[in-house]
Amino acid sequence: MTPLAVYIHWPYCARICPYCDFNVYKSKGAGGDDLVTAILADLRQWREMSGPRALTSIHFGGGTPSLMSDWQIGTLITACGDLWTAADTLEIGLEANPDDADAALWQGYRAAGVNRLSLGIQSFDDQVLSFLGRNHDGAAATEALDMACRIFDNVSADLIFGHDGQSAPDWAADLDAALAFPITHLSAYQLTIEPGTAFGRAAQRGKTLDVNEDMSAQLYELTEARLGAAGFTHYEISNYARPMASQAQNRSAHNMAYWTGVDYVGAGPGAHGRLTTDAGRIATTAHMTPGAYINAVAATGSGILDTEALSSDEVAEEYVMMGLRIAEGFDAAHPYLNGRHFDMAELSAADLIETKNGRIMATDKGRLVLNEVTRQLLA
Amino acid sequence: MTDQSKIRNFSIVAHIDHGKSTLADRLISFCGGLTDREMSEQVLDSMDIERERGITIKAQTVRLEYTANDGQTYILNLMDTPGHVDFAYEVSRSLSACEGSILVVDASQGVEAQTLANVYQAIDHDHEIVPVLNKIDLPAAEPERIRQQIEEVIGIDASNAVLCSAKSGLGIQDVLEAIVTRLPAPTIGDTSDPLKALLVDAWYDQYMGVVVLFRVYEGEIKKGMKIRTMATGATYTVDKVGTFNPKPTDRKSIGPGEIGFFTASIKEVADAAVGDTVTEDKRPTAAALPGFKPAQPVVFCGIFPVDAADFDDLRAAMGRLRLNDASFSYEMETSAALGFGFRCGFLGLLHLEIIQERLEREFDLDLITTAPSVVYTIMMRDGTEQQLHNPADMPDVMAIEEIHEPWIKATIMTPDDYLGGILKLCQDRRGIQTTLSYVGSRAMVEYELPLNEVVFDFYDRLKSVSKGYASFDYAAIGVRQGNLVKMSILVNGDPVDALSMLVHRDRAEGRGRQMCERLKELIPRHLFKIPVQAAIGGKVVARETIAAMRKDVTAKCYGGDASRKRKLLDKQKAGKKRMRQFGRVEIPQEAFIAALKMDD
Repeated sequence: MTPLAVYIHWPYCARICPYCDFNVYKSKGAGGDDLVTAILADLRQWREMSGPRALTSIHFGGGTPSLMSDWQIGTLITACGDLWTAADTLEIGLEANPDDADAALWQGYRAAGVNRLSLGIQSFDDQVLSFLGRNHDGAAATEALDMACRIFDNVSADLIFGHDGQSAPDWAADLDAALAFPITHLSAYQLTIEPGTAFGRAAQRGKTLDVNEDMSAQLYELTEARLGAAGFTHYEISNYARPMASQAQNRSAHNMAYWTGVDYVGAGPGAHGRLTTDAGRIATTAHMTPGAYINAVAATGSGILDTEALSSDEVAEEYVMMGLRIAEGFDAAHPYLNGRHFDMAELSAADLIETKNGRIMATDKGRLVLNEVTRQLLA
Repeated sequence: MTDQSKIRNFSIVAHIDHGKSTLADRLISFCGGLTDREMSEQVLDSMDIERERGITIKAQTVRLEYTANDGQTYILNLMDTPGHVDFAYEVSRSLSACEGSILVVDASQGVEAQTLANVYQAIDHDHEIVPVLNKIDLPAAEPERIRQQIEEVIGIDASNAVLCSAKSGLGIQDVLEAIVTRLPAPTIGDTSDPLKALLVDAWYDQYMGVVVLFRVYEGEIKKGMKIRTMATGATYTVDKVGTFNPKPTDRKSIGPGEIGFFTASIKEVADAAVGDTVTEDKRPTAAALPGFKPAQPVVFCGIFPVDAADFDDLRAAMGRLRLNDASFSYEMETSAALGFGFRCGFLGLLHLEIIQERLEREFDLDLITTAPSVVYTIMMRDGTEQQLHNPADMPDVMAIEEIHEPWIKATIMTPDDYLGGILKLCQDRRGIQTTLSYVGSRAMVEYELPLNEVVFDFYDRLKSVSKGYASFDYAAIGVRQGNLVKMSILVNGDPVDALSMLVHRDRAEGRGRQMCERLKELIPRHLFKIPVQAAIGGKVVARETIAAMRKDVTAKCYGGDASRKRKLLDKQKAGKKRMRQFGRVEIPQEAFIAALKMDD
């Protein structure tokens, strides 16, 4: 059966982070049952569109899905299991804020089926956390990570590097603090100044918020070395997995779906989806605001605002763009590519791209400048 | 036929911003040439650019009827003239069609460099001159001091200068009375004599085709008359004769002393040679008028479309502009950097800017303009001579005996405070001081300067060192030998033709270093490091290195980011079309544009 990943977007946050350009809305505490009801209906509509599929993963992203109750999470997981085929080993992930660390709630999540928690630590340094506009401090981060590792077998720590003034030892200290816990996964994101965010506006006013290109490369290489030494595999630009003897690779199965061209449901306000239909692959975007989304679902049964039919070139380019991000690259004979060939002579000669076992991948050197490599490969 | 003793043909000469066009508007409005509703600000500056910049580019004319204090009605033909040095040529031909001039001087600012240049031209044309002190309603106005200054600096009697405020309308009638009583009527010509008329100007009108502005000296010009232009020998039948009141108004005929327009199915403006004498084909006048020499372009630059697909549109647009502006020249040019485009000649930098702006605005074209250069005269070893318009075309150095470059005489007037900075600027630009004198606290300095040092950014620098208070005018004074070398810019070892330039040897290294430093900032990092060099012949005089790209990768790319990142990729690919490839290096066009906008 054709695989399918499910992404559920919970757009509420207690506080909007100054670097975040996701579809988020400020809201305190519990509630949102009306949104859960709408998402349930939207999922049923998605089932109509997708037909029977085998789920690869369910992922609760945001926003702050750790603002949801265990009952809300459980209802949505059960619905997905009813609509599509779900294996016992299905990855069910949830993004959590150290702020919301609550043993009873997290036990509830686990009981509802969540088996992977990614915790938005960002840093263990109080000053950095305050610069990043986070509600938690270093002590709370440590406490939350400890709690997560006690409750879940599979825990990912999210960290951010590259704020202005960060030194290599500063960043190494953050990595080491995370490595002190039995985490199975670590995401290390370079701070990116996005337009439309508070940081974006500050940058426009001439404020320096992030490190320069050379420093950024140095911190990236430091991450790779440090985590490599700790037994992590660098399987995607910003993602590292720690394979365990007892378990699989511990990569994020859900994110792997994005990078390998698997279809995905995008439910919840502003969520994006991809679906291969008889007429080709489509890209969907849900209504942005919770209100509009809820109203649309009530009126039409679907939360989708916009459906774009992707051209075969667009499908191919997206597949290449996403596939180059992971260590094993993309399948040079994938149907998405429609027989497309790539001129790699110059990129190979420069040791930026390599071909192995019918797959095309970026080298370590190529991954550092992947945007340019992708541009050239698709030129 | 109009009584010739009641005709007054006059120009208004002034420094830019001294209120020439506003005064002209007032005169028109006072004489009822237009109703209030029709009277938009500065009627005579009809082009958008003229209005926005507050300058006059094309000479314009208007015929007014004024009933004077003596009870008589006079015909006043006003020829508005451009104030800027680039258009001195147009000033000259307007002046030659008139007997007198009004000299407008700002009553607080006083005499400026262009005032001088223009008034001397009027004096050269034997004009009677009526000084008018404008803006006397301003608190800073000092009519007495300025009157004295006019007498000292220009050397004309200013005791009976007319005081007015074109803005408020004060003293307008006094100006009109002065025109009638103090300016001469045209010399009497006979209506029955063979036609002798001066072709003052010609332009293309969307509705009327080529319109010729003329001044009759003898005889008359009538609708249906078969005429001949004496220099070109072409014959035409007059379709339409009229005057601008200021709206074009048909008339049966126009006689001696008068100014008017005709149309005669002339195909191109270039066919109507300005300064030519118009006569009757069957009954020609005995002697042609002296005429004047055509304006020569002095500044050249390449103009290229940003998008190569716009080349044909650019060619068409140039043709259209040329229809109306015979002083602008263009010929096709190819550049490895910029593709197909044109090498264009202009009367000066302002002229260049105006043409560029009109191409972009009226024809909606995105353009790249290369660094302006002057015309060099190259004396070859074999005794021949070449005119070099484009540094890229420079012949082999070994075959060159000498290079000559055009020089100018610059007149700069400035408040004393800024003199030091201005002298340094002129000195830095290889200037030779010829005069330094004072009128009150204002200094007047004259320098001889190589034109190639002026075409870059001299005017901008002058404005900045004098905080805008200095005024500047120049006149060509011929060519002189110069120690000039061609400097090439190499990016990753490949010469970039669009960036090569002729510079004085002493300034080559500085210029080269500056250009390399600038390109280092402008050319984005590539996957490999890129040397940028400035070289004279085979010798590198300056070098910078653009480091290889260290890191360029999106941190987060998940399901919600795919569409956005893919579209960004498409946009970047489209952006590549605006890049120019040099060997393995891609240079964004913005980099060219910015690099060519050199300032010190």
